[in-house]
Amino acid sequence: MKVLVAIKRVVDPNVKVRVKADGSGVETANIKMAMNPFCEIAVEQAVRMKEAGTVTEIVVVSIGAPQCQETLRTALAMGADRAILVETAVEVQPLAVAKVLQAIIAKETPGLVILGKQAVDDDCNQAGQMLAALLGWPQAAFASKIAINGDHADVTREIDGGLEQLTVKLPAVMTADLRLNEPRYVTLPNIMKAKKKPLENVKPEALGVDITPRLATLKVEEPPKRGAGVKLADVAELVNKLKNEAKVI
Amino acid sequence: MAILVVAEHDNKHLKPSVANTVAAATKLGGEINVLVAGSGCGEAAAEAAKITGVAKVLVADAPHYEVPLAENLAALVVSIADKFTHILAPATGFGKNFMPRAAALLDVAQVSDICGIVSADTFVRPIYAGNVLATVQSKDRIKIITVRITAFDAAVGAAATAAPLENVAAVADSGLSQFKGHELTKLSRPELTAARVIVSGGRGMGSGENFKLLEALADKLGAAVGASRAAVDSGYVPNDYQVGQTGKIVAPELYIAVGISGAIQHLAGMKDSKVIVAINKDAEAPIFQVANYWLVEDLFKAVPEFTAQL
Repeated sequence: MKVLVAIKRVVDPNVKVRVKADGSGVETANIKMAMNPFCEIAVEQAVRMKEAGTVTEIVVVSIGAPQCQETLRTALAMGADRAILVETAVEVQPLAVAKVLQAIIAKETPGLVILGKQAVDDDCNQAGQMLAALLGWPQAAFASKIAINGDHADVTREIDGGLEQLTVKLPAVMTADLRLNEPRYVTLPNIMKAKKKPLENVKPEALGVDITPRLATLKVEEPPKRGAGVKLADVAELVNKLKNEAKVI
Repeated sequence: MAILVVAEHDNKHLKPSVANTVAAATKLGGEINVLVAGSGCGEAAAEAAKITGVAKVLVADAPHYEVPLAENLAALVVSIADKFTHILAPATGFGKNFMPRAAALLDVAQVSDICGIVSADTFVRPIYAGNVLATVQSKDRIKIITVRITAFDAAVGAAATAAPLENVAAVADSGLSQFKGHELTKLSRPELTAARVIVSGGRGMGSGENFKLLEALADKLGAAVGASRAAVDSGYVPNDYQVGQTGKIVAPELYIAVGISGAIQHLAGMKDSKVIVAINKDAEAPIFQVANYWLVEDLFKAVPEFTAQL
């Protein structure tokens, strides 16, 4: 079975972002970028399934600036077989991501598509579910365990208050949650090998997809800061403050 | 304007998220309908009819709505979507699952996790783990919106008269996915998203066993127990304890962070709490920057003392 994994290049989650002075967006120039952590989990899942023999080929796709090639190379170093960059300078919103992936899937015909559940930059949590809708495929969002069994997959999903078990027909779209796996570190020999793996470059227009943003960002700003707190000497003082000053206990 | 709120429920009772989502809908202005899709969900529908501000409750009662499978629920929402200018659901595991599917079927964008309403087409939502607030405008014909429930206070008290119920036709079962079962964490304490007080532990707890210290404190306070992603990653507690950017977003009256350093991903999930207490032995922990009160102390000494003094 062929698996397609979509990955996003984002500001490294350990970097604290700053709002541009004119409030038009977030400063991303000269900032460390990385693969979205949930996308890493999605790639890792595909690689483990290939190592286990249930998957024969892993295709990774990223949409965005030419620098997304670096992110794709990381996925190739983790064990993906080939990569497709859909290159565009336009801000690609989740519905557009889903449409681009739909067009690629029409050509690639994978048996399974895995995405991260959420990108840590726009925090939308939409693309996987939208893609499943456009394809008319079942979805298993927030997956923490995936087992392929012939023409269907048994999936455990994270839900509020616990876990849910689903059986979905294949092909299907799944989104990776935190506990699905722990992604591997890429090794130098694999980074070297990844340089030789095929990376195809396509344009959204060539796929016949309209990626015009649907939402306009009018402004961005920093949220109000919390006032400074106080350091207390001991537990007795804490209990006293909570009872008599904050009056919350 | 007509607004549809898709209700989260277990067929017997509504989740508290419904009242918060209705509160957000009220800010939009317009007639509010609530969709209760379930199986034998009459009791939940009756509860929805009593929420202040609700004009009508739409009931889709069919066996395949017993659990909210995304494929079936999205198809149902789409089947009645044309009557509405706005469709809202809570940005909980429930809403996050099916709403984007409905949006894509309608060929419209979704505005995720709104925490403010500027006008009927303009909304405020957190991005970058809540470190930035974006004001976004949607020109789509139907606005599909998930609501950050902690940002909208539910109306107090029930409506004077119950809203009428109206049946809507079920859409045939998609057959694409099947519910096999669930394992729900047994809670002897309040749910995280509904709790007035939360006691959360981080990597500093050292083990799952040590969470007993927090449970003892939580029981004294009538609190829920949460955790940072680091504690979940370390396997101390299940994922549904997780508070943060990729876990639950909470805003209780009192949030007590124990052995939590305060990574931005965690702060994203709790910094709107009214009073924040941090207990950490590291005097430089970033959690202190958002705390109202903090103690630089070994948690294994401070927490039992705290419990004893309550």
